[in-house]
Amino acid sequence: MVPEYETVIGLEVHVELKTNSKIFCNSTTAFGGEPNTHVCPVCLGLPGVLPVINKKALEYTIRTALALNCEIAGFSKFDRKNYYYPDMPKNYQISQYDLPIAPKGHLNIELDGNIRRIGITRVHLEEDTGKLVHPGTITTSPYSLVDYNRAGVPLMEIVSEPDLRSPEEAKAYLEKLKAIILYIGVSDCKMEEGSLRCDANVSVRVQGKEEYGTKTEIKNMNSFKSLQRALAYEVERQIEVLGNKGRIIQETRAWDESKGITLSMRSKEEAHDYRYFPEPDLVPLVIDRKWVEEIRASLPELPDERKTRYQRDYGLSAYDAARLSAEFEMADFFEACVKSYPQPKIVSNWINGDLSRLLNLHNINIVACPLTPQQLGALLKLIEKGTISGKIAKTVFEEMFNKGKDPEQIIQEKGLVQISDEDALVKIVDEIITQNQKVVADYRAGKDRALAFLVGQVMKATRGKANPELVNRLLKEKMQ
Amino acid sequence: MDIMTEKEAQKQVITTSQVEHVALLARLELKEAKKDIYVNQLNDILAYMQMLNELDTENVTPTAHVLPLCNVFRQDEVGQHIPVEKVLANAPEKEEQFFKVPRIV
Repeated sequence: MVPEYETVIGLEVHVELKTNSKIFCNSTTAFGGEPNTHVCPVCLGLPGVLPVINKKALEYTIRTALALNCEIAGFSKFDRKNYYYPDMPKNYQISQYDLPIAPKGHLNIELDGNIRRIGITRVHLEEDTGKLVHPGTITTSPYSLVDYNRAGVPLMEIVSEPDLRSPEEAKAYLEKLKAIILYIGVSDCKMEEGSLRCDANVSVRVQGKEEYGTKTEIKNMNSFKSLQRALAYEVERQIEVLGNKGRIIQETRAWDESKGITLSMRSKEEAHDYRYFPEPDLVPLVIDRKWVEEIRASLPELPDERKTRYQRDYGLSAYDAARLSAEFEMADFFEACVKSYPQPKIVSNWINGDLSRLLNLHNINIVACPLTPQQLGALLKLIEKGTISGKIAKTVFEEMFNKGKDPEQIIQEKGLVQISDEDALVKIVDEIITQNQKVVADYRAGKDRALAFLVGQVMKATRGKANPELVNRLLKEKMQ
Repeated sequence: MDIMTEKEAQKQVITTSQVEHVALLARLELKEAKKDIYVNQLNDILAYMQMLNELDTENVTPTAHVLPLCNVFRQDEVGQHIPVEKVLANAPEKEEQFFKVPRIV
């Protein structure tokens, strides 16, 4: 019998903090820039310089750790991680080893309505490395070119427990982590610019077994999609190896996006022995409890809290509430709209429906949404007042989205005001009844569908502008 | 790291292969003849350090730093960068505005 395997995944996430200056010197953290122009003697590791920690970077790390329910260490220090790779000019990276800023936290993920708590092992702070550029491809290039602009940008490492049980859960975890970090404003989390990066430890074990299988570390996953694909591939690969009575080798593997496979990098990491030792150039941190509480008090409402509030106070479904709260800008838009039109369910339907559809269609982020929450609120008020029908409103909404105009203006310009004038409608209703005697007979014989057809005819005749409720009432009266 | 008992520590000696390993990590090329010298010298240093194990450190907190200081911070302000000619002035090799190094991976 083929055994059932259980997937075990832990993620190591690196996040660049949104400070103005680097972690240990006052060079800028601005992305891009001509090579080697955002550097100074400290981040170039020139002899005789002294690093001094940026207080904001520490604050942002504590802020993140609190949002992830971590403990905050009373005493913490930095360590040197020694290695020979030219991405750091010093041949070591200042990182944290045994006393990270924040151990032991968790976050909750939700998949198919099930909530799971994923443990967070630690949150620590380190310096980012420089970038290697290869003329041609990385494997055929005869040499490497180094740009140290990124070296020394504050980098936060968030390590999860091996609590994730599928590639989907891993993706949900990373999405949640990103949402929280964006909510608390400590990083812009742009995977395409490398300010959010993710490595994964993957293993499989026979279902029911307690002992973990041998793990591999997967690198080079540059999007949520590639994370999920790479993990799915790696899990399959390991199960196949074990199924053929093979053995998993503990190694680092790189995800190859174009080929859709992971490849061993093992030959390249010979002699990994980082020889960590306490960084003598930096004094330790004794983290002030009062400061920690101040940071805690300044945390905004987080995604889960917002979602719960939307369900509780606004009666939204879990699905709608989750969609609205996933990005804080979307949630802010929603709340601003509810302020101008206090019918949360209707607002939620419009935002999760038509607005999201148009945003996706034009690939626009809610931040750049061409219409304001107040404009959407105004449109919804016009529907409620009966000025326009719900159907016409969809047309008006598209026009608002494309032109950024107020709904009133569009309705005026296009002559879309709903016909709620009974006298005007009676004429049309009479005409339709005369033209459709057979359908009228059907209606009188008890066929309900016949009414819908007649309403449709009136709507057609008025190019959608007739007030549907009024048309319904008039038709029924006339056919009695 | 486990704390070694005194006996274990005394048995601990540096071998030629450890010297080779450390030399590799430090990217040092050692002549065969020198290896024995380093083995002996490193063992002497370790033996000397063993004296510290005679001290009773039961009630001493591990030292992370020799200075009685903590929490030295700087504010998050951007300062001056150095001109790229100066940045690359000591580069053994360069290309355009990059440091040029042997390919590692």
